[in-house]
Amino acid sequence: MDILLNELAGRPVFWIISMIMLVSAFMVVTLKNVFHCAIFLILTLFSVAGLFVMLNAEFLAAAQVLIYVGAISILMIFAIMLSSNFAKDKIRMTSKNAIVVSLPVMFFGLGVIALVVKTIVDIQPLWNRDPADLTALPADNTMMIGKYLMTEYMLPFEVVSVLLLSAMIGAIVLARKERS
Amino acid sequence: MLPYIAVAAVLFSLGIFGVLTRRNTIGILMSLELMFNAVNINLVAFNKFVWTDALIGQMFAMFIIVVAAAEAVVGLAIVLLLYRNWQGINTDNINIMKW
Repeated sequence: MDILLNELAGRPVFWIISMIMLVSAFMVVTLKNVFHCAIFLILTLFSVAGLFVMLNAEFLAAAQVLIYVGAISILMIFAIMLSSNFAKDKIRMTSKNAIVVSLPVMFFGLGVIALVVKTIVDIQPLWNRDPADLTALPADNTMMIGKYLMTEYMLPFEVVSVLLLSAMIGAIVLARKERS
Repeated sequence: MLPYIAVAAVLFSLGIFGVLTRRNTIGILMSLELMFNAVNINLVAFNKFVWTDALIGQMFAMFIIVVAAAEAVVGLAIVLLLYRNWQGINTDNINIMKW
């Protein structure tokens, strides 16, 4: 208990952000109205961006806000509004075996946490080094990512741009009304 | 480092729960996004605490974000197509590929 309280007092910002994240993620998977789910999804993605900032990944946080919060959530809301009359939807949104499913999922989550704890304790010399010993992440990670994209990760960058193009064409072909 | 990994594991489990229990196709896609984000948190946390010499984890997370965007676009196009052809996007009505 003391350990837990110390942990909570030691990094309040982290725990506040992750509690917001987990509670809103729980709302995303349980609420009945799918539009409310989309709103809570936006909150979850914002909190993930906050965690990225705490992990010295400012560029990723900005990309997260731009792509997920700005684009994907809007896309979700568009699809909801185009595909269902959510205002007067009173049907059940979760299937009837939700409680049955929640048990194995809980086992899975606890098992993953236990596994991770064991692994991390085992590899302690790898990560529990002296802070002076550990080279800090480069502060200008935006510049570093730009350099990486143009040098070492050139091929994945091009491949991913072709993937985006094909996804765009695929979406257009799928969503277009067929003319006969 | 441990709290980040634990939080990400809980987020991933919530995503699995959503994928398994939602009846709405858009709800399933949203739960998928939760799982992608849990993976990204893991990658960035390991990048910060275990291997700090290069930004490998952050690069990988960025490519995952791009692929997730592409996946969401195609998935939502399929949802719209389903809605046009079946007048509803609940997964229990869509059984055309059931053998």
